Amino acid sequence: MSVFSQATQERFQTLLSHYPVKRSALVPMLLFAQDELGYLPPEAIREVGELVGASELAVREVIGYYSMLRLEPAGKYHVQVCTNISCMLRGGDDIYRHCKERLGIGHKEVAADGVFSLEEVECIGACSWAPALQVNYDFHQELTPEKVDEILRDYRKKAAAR
Amino acid sequence: MADNPTLVNITVNGQQLTAPAGTLLLEACRSAHVEVPSFCYYPGLSLQAACRMCLVEIEKMPKLQTACTVVITEGMVVRTDTEQVHRARKSAIEFILTNHPLDCPVCDAGGECELQDMTFKYGAAESRFTEPKRHREEQQWSPIVYFDRPRCILCYRCVRVCGEGMDVWALGVGNRGVAASIIPNHSDHLQCEECGMCIDICPVGALTSGPYRYKTRPWEMKHVGAICTFCGDGCKTTLGIRNDQIIRGDNRDKSGINGDFLCVKGRYAFDFTQNPERLKQPLVRVDGELRPTTWSFALETVAKRFQRIKSAQGGFGVIGSTRTLNEEDYQLQKFARRVLGTNNIDHHRTADFPALATALAARTNTPGTALPLANSSSLKTAKAILLVGNDPTNQHPLLAWNIRTAYRNHKTRLYVLNSGDIKLRRQAFRMAVIPAGGEAAAIRFLNGEADSVPAELTMVGGPDPKRWPQTPPSVPQKIAEGLQDFRARLRQEQDVIIVFGAEVRGEAVRELVAFGDTLPGNTRYIALADNANSRGAADMGLYPDLLPGYRPVADAGARAHFEQLWGGTIPAEPGLNLPQMLAAAAAGKLDALYIAGANPLRLHPSAAEGLRKAFVVVQDMFLTETARQADVVLPVLCSYEKNGTLTNTCGEVQAQKRGGMFEGAKSDLAIIHELAELMGCGFGPAAEDKIFGEIRANVKGYDLSLVQLLAGRSALAAPLNETVAHRDDPELIQPNNDTLFTAGTLGRYSTTLNSVMERRLQKESK
Amino acid sequence: MSQEVKIISKRFDDPKAATLDGYLASGGFQALEKALTMAPEAIIDEVKKSNLRGRGGAGFPTGMKWSFVPKQSERPKYVLCNADESEPGTCKDRLILQYDPFSLIEGMIIAGKAIDSHQGYVFIRGEYRYLFDIMERAINEAYRAGYLGKNIRGSGLDFDLYAHSGAGAYECGEESALMESLEGKRGIPRLKPPFPAISGLYGGPTVINNMETLATVPHIIVGGGEWYANLGVPKNGGTRLFCLSGHVARPGVYELPLGVPFPRLLEVGGGVANGKKLKAVVPGGSSTPMFTAEEAMGLNMDYDSIAKAGSFLGSGGVVILDENTCMVKFALRIMQFYRHESCGWCVPCREGTNWLHLALGRFHAGGGREGDVDLLREVSENILGRTFCPLGDAAAMPTLSILKRFRQEFLDHLAGKPCSCGVSGRPALATH
Ligand SMILES: Cc1cc2nc3c(=O)[nH]c(=O)nc-3n(C[C@H](O)[C@H](O)[C@H](O)COP(=O)(O)O)c2cc1C
Ligand code: SF4
Ligand code: SF4
Ligand code: SF4
Ligand code: FES
Ligand code: FES
Repeated sequence: MSVFSQATQERFQTLLSHYPVKRSALVPMLLFAQDELGYLPPEAIREVGELVGASELAVREVIGYYSMLRLEPAGKYHVQVCTNISCMLRGGDDIYRHCKERLGIGHKEVAADGVFSLEEVECIGACSWAPALQVNYDFHQELTPEKVDEILRDYRKKAAAR
Repeated sequence: MADNPTLVNITVNGQQLTAPAGTLLLEACRSAHVEVPSFCYYPGLSLQAACRMCLVEIEKMPKLQTACTVVITEGMVVRTDTEQVHRARKSAIEFILTNHPLDCPVCDAGGECELQDMTFKYGAAESRFTEPKRHREEQQWSPIVYFDRPRCILCYRCVRVCGEGMDVWALGVGNRGVAASIIPNHSDHLQCEECGMCIDICPVGALTSGPYRYKTRPWEMKHVGAICTFCGDGCKTTLGIRNDQIIRGDNRDKSGINGDFLCVKGRYAFDFTQNPERLKQPLVRVDGELRPTTWSFALETVAKRFQRIKSAQGGFGVIGSTRTLNEEDYQLQKFARRVLGTNNIDHHRTADFPALATALAARTNTPGTALPLANSSSLKTAKAILLVGNDPTNQHPLLAWNIRTAYRNHKTRLYVLNSGDIKLRRQAFRMAVIPAGGEAAAIRFLNGEADSVPAELTMVGGPDPKRWPQTPPSVPQKIAEGLQDFRARLRQEQDVIIVFGAEVRGEAVRELVAFGDTLPGNTRYIALADNANSRGAADMGLYPDLLPGYRPVADAGARAHFEQLWGGTIPAEPGLNLPQMLAAAAAGKLDALYIAGANPLRLHPSAAEGLRKAFVVVQDMFLTETARQADVVLPVLCSYEKNGTLTNTCGEVQAQKRGGMFEGAKSDLAIIHELAELMGCGFGPAAEDKIFGEIRANVKGYDLSLVQLLAGRSALAAPLNETVAHRDDPELIQPNNDTLFTAGTLGRYSTTLNSVMERRLQKESK
Repeated sequence: MSQEVKIISKRFDDPKAATLDGYLASGGFQALEKALTMAPEAIIDEVKKSNLRGRGGAGFPTGMKWSFVPKQSERPKYVLCNADESEPGTCKDRLILQYDPFSLIEGMIIAGKAIDSHQGYVFIRGEYRYLFDIMERAINEAYRAGYLGKNIRGSGLDFDLYAHSGAGAYECGEESALMESLEGKRGIPRLKPPFPAISGLYGGPTVINNMETLATVPHIIVGGGEWYANLGVPKNGGTRLFCLSGHVARPGVYELPLGVPFPRLLEVGGGVANGKKLKAVVPGGSSTPMFTAEEAMGLNMDYDSIAKAGSFLGSGGVVILDENTCMVKFALRIMQFYRHESCGWCVPCREGTNWLHLALGRFHAGGGREGDVDLLREVSENILGRTFCPLGDAAAMPTLSILKRFRQEFLDHLAGKPCSCGVSGRPALATH
């Protein structure tokens, strides 16, 4: 029994077909697995490991290395604020502080209702449109505290709509 | 390796050096006694270049280079003694120490820590790091393995030795950057072979062993290089002794035939020596009950009874041990033949050494001819190895290690013929799966010309499905093709080492040797037997039909030789073998059974009743099944408490050195001598060296250099002679099928082995 | 005020160029048509002539890199596109992915033809998921139209290409770590030699180039190497994308010829924001040694000029710092990054970045001590040149440049003088 949806399993199969060795699919597979499950529980680790022919240990080694992969659930909307140099010069720290206050959580914490989690991240490649943050995979750039409020409000609405 | 490797000239610190092409700079320097410090470099394991301790200056290179990865090239000019190099070393140490707890006073590695030594030699007097250190709690990963992350310097030696060396791959690296950490294979615990290789190879005290933790400091122990008393491979284990007690086993000086290697038994199972059940006093049966008594009373009881039986021309049986020393075995059979006047002597056989000796009988060890026997380390450089039967990973951990080393370093082609899914299949160049019991037929096929594979080898579903989790090819056609290809490939090899287990016996051994003779080059053999001195017991003549050195009892010349040596006569008729003795006892045809260090009732439990009919004397450390049936039980010292020699399964003779002591027990040798004395047939003083002298002079193939043995090295005994005439008793060969965590009767008394097994069962049932 | 020369960025304003039709309509795949008729050596020669240098960081001449790949190889050869884009201050590959993905595909097929490779991967940082999707879509479209796969456009050339997602690791931008990652492992760099051109992905000869580098190739094939070379200055051919960020009036990604004077570049960005004075400049991403305003104003933005001045043109991330920037905080933030991104393999980088980060944090928070400035310098020097891969240098170099050029500012902090940023003596960084 798979822990993944049909679509994700199909995606895995496509991925596996892209490489001469199965193991090559491991990193993207883990990311897609996490996209679906919110994190990487032991069952997912086992299943992905079996698909690529890697031991559980090998999969855990890999997970530990990559900063986007996690063993604990994050919020439904994972807010990642860049405070690296270009953002910092344009108020990234303020944006981060603002998020902390608004969400009432700190670095790598998940809000009690599970809607948001927060992370201070390194440069996300939006330096010329700083300060920037990502919510899950969506970019939000040229931020001001007011803009952040609006963004968070939208996501909260989305969460409530479900 | 090529016979004449090209030599390369380099200059180190102005000094000219020459080393074979392909040598790493670090090795070249060290071979010329130029110091190059290192942490992550470890000979034989993959290169890491991670610790940056070995940085040196090389002319024409802009940056310092890691000597552990640079291969020397002609004309290379190197400096290891410049200001820049010294600064680099100092800073590497300083960096390592930033997150190191410096809890040396309570660290197990204190006093034998490479980081301590290097800090002393190359480090700064004080640390400039004043920031908070990262802290993490120590973790227990298994009954054996503990991990203390803050002490770890991330040299990855443990990861590599477990993976590349052990082929277990139980350790890895989690997280990254300063948070990186060694992690075990099951998120918070280890499921592994518990060999302790990772602990031994750890340069600091990050990995420590349950059995040794916080027991003592290294300088409070004396160290004795002993030979492991468990399997037949004969690893050297250096015993750490405090107050006559063994506190630790490891191989700190790597000088044994095992080099770096030790398995869980050699390293940790010595604790049987302190098992509370160990016998401290002789026991004599009084009113049907075994009661403690004095040594003099016990020995007199035995001697008198033996004397009486002898005078009455009663029957004796003698069963020897596979863990006692050569000197003891030799004297035991002498005692049987010369004092008790019987050839009823045997031991628990786990390999057919006589059959090998018979098969090789034509080949004497004349100087100049290549020896047809291989020693353990020759496996490491073999071109090709044929392994028939056995599961060396479990039963011969050192030989398995050597085979893996050969595969890793020399791409040795390993041919495995087995009915089980043994782990060495991962290193196999070709693996032929055969039904259990099909070894003889398979060998016949190998040695034959017929293309057709006999049906018994291709039986569908042959191999035991329990031993074969991933079902092997079960189509007869496939199996047949596999065997044909196996034979064809194998026939192209030369200088093959043939290693065979207990599955191959009697006629099959001779057939195997006949096949080996068809291979080009010098084919050599190793027969695999289970226990520490199984081979010695065989060589020393613990057989009803063979005298020491496989000389037939029936051979008048051989008899005459020993009669003259010992004085007196040796019965001309071969005696009873082990099961025959048990049967004879049950039938009331044996008056006395003298069992020195064996527990035949483990494999023959139904013989218990019968034993009570004879006068039974048992020498043992524990009240085993057999000892429980005895009339007299004499507590003995174990191998670690005696001096003498042992012969491993390949025939390598090594000196055993006394480490621990045990109050109340005597050596088997002392007991045999005292009994002989009491029976008026004195053997002289129980001096091992004198006895070994007799062995050297009188046992074929044992004319070995004493100096070499006493210096802690091994010598290959080759008891080959022209006149072996042995009767095949294949059914007498009963391997223990030990795992890494069992060792016949002895293993049951190791708390460590027991706790490992319990823990495994727990984890499995979860 | 457009001194911009739009080659790489020529389709950035064309919303249709990300579709095959749009790409073809704007001259796409003309280079491929031409390259299909050229001999591999001729392609490499053209690229050599163009003086194209790598846009990923090291600035290695691309044509030369390709020529190192052996003609014969037992193992398959590979073409890799490095779109890990994680160097702070860099955000250009992103635009190519978004607006002109086919130019990359085209460049990679041409590279494949040049080195006789039939398989390529585009390694895209995990955070760029929407760009990964765009790339995948483009690749699928190219397959459907016969621009990828077997017998491309009936030419007999085979080339397969897939997008591959990372999962958060700056170090995976280092070429050998990228290959490890692409093989499904931890992104630990490999021991060199062997270099990728000899033994790279799966042990096969491999060409790895930055996304911008590869996307430039079609333009060179169409316009000719000489044309491209002449756009720049000697040995520094063509144009490149400069990512202007920080205290600049109009931050953005601008394409300018190599050798453009820094003042011109600053002008394109509208000068320092809010009319402030320039204080310092990061010339090529966070790893490159910084310049003071004075030094910067005399610079020409090409590889050799910047190297001569003691830094690197790097990834094209030009960060502008105004007079109010606290350099202690800047150094601290840089080190926070490297500490987070050190793969942890080797001692000086793993422990050194941690040490520097902690020490700078304490220093910036007002806990500085006598001797700290020298200590910071010595620790940085002990990392420099002694690590397994260049990440250690990338952490040490900017730090050393700041300590050297702005030493007085550190001493002022120590003395408790109000900092130019007005936050001396109290923690201003929102460190977690
Ligand atoms: C730590 C580190 C990170 C790097 N990150 C990137 C990157 O994100 N993108 C990139 O193109 N090159 C990066 N590089 C440079 C690559 O190793 C490699 O030189 C480059 O991809 C070669 O392409 P080019 O010759 O086209 O520049 C990085 C190098 C290092 C040492
Ligand atoms: S004890 Fe042996 S098998 Fe277990 S982790 Fe250590 S090296 Fe590996
Ligand atoms: S635990 Fe020991 S052997 Fe393993 S990496 Fe750490 S220091 Fe090295
Ligand atoms: S310098 Fe060392 S620790 Fe740092 S990223 Fe490179 S290999 Fe890893
Ligand atoms: S520094 Fe924040 S996106 Fe680059
Ligand atoms: S010994 Fe050379 S880097 Fe560790």
